Amino acid sequence: MTSTRKVALATAGGLAVLVLLAAGWFLVLEPRLNPSLADTLGHGDYSLVATDGSTFTEDTLTGTPSAVFFGFAHCPEVCPTTLGDVAEWQAILAEDSEQLRVFFVTVDPERDTPEMLGDYVSWVPGVTGVSGSRSEIDKAIRAFRVYAQKVPLKDGGYTMDHSAYVLLFDRRGRFEQAITYQEDFDRAMGKIRQLITG
Amino acid sequence: MNYITFTLTALIGLGCLAAASHADTKLEQPQATADTSTMITPPVSQDSVVTLGALELTAPFARATLPNQPVAGGFLTITNTGDSDDTLVAVRSDAASRMEVHEMAMDGDVMKMRELEQGLPIPAGETVILKPGGFHIMFMDLAGPMAEGDSTEVTLVFANAGEVTLTMPIVARDGAGPGGHADHDTEGE
Repeated sequence: MTSTRKVALATAGGLAVLVLLAAGWFLVLEPRLNPSLADTLGHGDYSLVATDGSTFTEDTLTGTPSAVFFGFAHCPEVCPTTLGDVAEWQAILAEDSEQLRVFFVTVDPERDTPEMLGDYVSWVPGVTGVSGSRSEIDKAIRAFRVYAQKVPLKDGGYTMDHSAYVLLFDRRGRFEQAITYQEDFDRAMGKIRQLITG
Repeated sequence: MNYITFTLTALIGLGCLAAASHADTKLEQPQATADTSTMITPPVSQDSVVTLGALELTAPFARATLPNQPVAGGFLTITNTGDSDDTLVAVRSDAASRMEVHEMAMDGDVMKMRELEQGLPIPAGETVILKPGGFHIMFMDLAGPMAEGDSTEVTLVFANAGEVTLTMPIVARDGAGPGGHADHDTEGE
């Protein structure tokens, strides 16, 4: 065997080992170490207070399909509009005697106490407000991978930048898909029907 | 020798396939589709025009608030018929102890709201529309709930034209009932 051949063989051998390792990593190990978004979204050790007096944890998401939206009461536009959308969805679903379970989780727990949040969402059927301590809300924000950022205002006070989509979870508590802000009504209804019947 | 080469090539090929198929099956994050084409403009009478110098103010409205909603948005259309630029610098109303001029924008799926610290420019010859999903007057620390059918007096202060008070009717929220979504679809901007 020539030395060139030896080098070629060694190189090929090294490559083969690398390829085997890569295949093993991508096909076997990595999916286990890094489960898909659908399996992990919404999961975490947060413990929050729902406006119906119950405790909201990751286990709350299982059993019944649900929609989760993060917002806050000092929100002039997106949150009232989204709640209005939810009211429309519920009205359509009610024609078939169905209802979507919706959680409105505040990103502003300092101002949105469970009491005030309860009134805030009370006018929309099927919506439960969720608040809690700042640290537990922050855990939930991370668990649901939403964006929420406090923005100070010039003369004091603050507003919040936040993700404006509605996250849909199936009855096993797995993330199915999101409804984006002001998504086409029929498309949103299609997603909700798929969630409820799926 | 050929056999070894063949095996290695096959292995490398398999590895690449595995990596590629893995990449394909990765779940996507919720898609960012900031669709501003469906923003709503409620039907409001365009009849009355409030004139302040070269400025024409039309179609003012505010949205009714939700229970415990401590803020509200006010909207109107401002046309500058003059030759010089102006700026909306301040807003006052008895309905709220604090008012600001804001811009809302969707950054992907994230709603961002910013105070316009330098005011809202109203360039000469142009029309600026304050509407849901964009520029708005923000009522903060509301004195009380804003109810549909009511109205509120709002004073707008401009850098050059001075100030003017107009009546802002309070209209229903969109989507307050079935059928309301029809408005979203017919809206074309």
